[in-house]
Amino acid sequence: MPERPVSPHVTVYKWTYTMTLSILHRVSGLALCIALIALVSWLLAAAAGPDAYAAAMLVLASLPVKILIAIALLALSFHFANGLRHLAWDAGWGFERAQARRSAAVVVAVALLATVAAVLLMFWTGAGRQ
Amino acid sequence: MNLRTPLSRVLNHGAAGEGVGHWWQQRVSALALAPLCLWLALSLLCLPTRDYAAVTAWIGIGVHPVLLSLTLLLAFWHAWLGIQVVVEDYVPQAGVKTALLLLCGFAAGLLAACGVYAVLRIALRPLA
Repeated sequence: MPERPVSPHVTVYKWTYTMTLSILHRVSGLALCIALIALVSWLLAAAAGPDAYAAAMLVLASLPVKILIAIALLALSFHFANGLRHLAWDAGWGFERAQARRSAAVVVAVALLATVAAVLLMFWTGAGRQ
Repeated sequence: MNLRTPLSRVLNHGAAGEGVGHWWQQRVSALALAPLCLWLALSLLCLPTRDYAAVTAWIGIGVHPVLLSLTLLLAFWHAWLGIQVVVEDYVPQAGVKTALLLLCGFAAGLLAACGVYAVLRIALRPLA
């Protein structure tokens, strides 16, 4: 076997917060896969009729599940904002180091604000209280 | 420096020219999902109530079942493409990797079918 260039192990790199975002993009993507399973379960419950839907809503109303929903909303907000950042890169925009760092900060700020707004709409508006 | 193994040279294995197909599908599905996810999330979050009648009425009305089915199909396709990359990157054992890829692929297909079935069943139910 010829000597091949091997990418250094992750621990060799000097850590930068843009790397954290890159990893969080994968983590949030996997979290959204689980959220997608929950969404389909909820739709199936609604399709099955009022009784099944009421049972599903009872599960969704418990505190641990509410926390999971909030995490799912955070994952969605982050994956959405950072996904747009990735699409911009793929189109050739914002790939300079300073720009990438600035857009990373924007993505974190937008994701956190969107999560707060979504959680408020989810749990503290008229729909969330019932 | 030649990076190809003697075996691959002998077998004449080279690029199939399809390596960017996966990359493109991930980007195009992301582009399509961006407005659809925004629409779905805002619609569900802004529903005045989330009781059975309100939710099923919203799912079944106008273009909603079409857009909802499209969102589900694209979301599971995008999820499958993403899971595939993650599994290929982090699971080194060939047998486990193949088993996990098959499991995730079949699960994504089954769940997508369940989602579309649920939406259509709600949209096409006879109005009482």
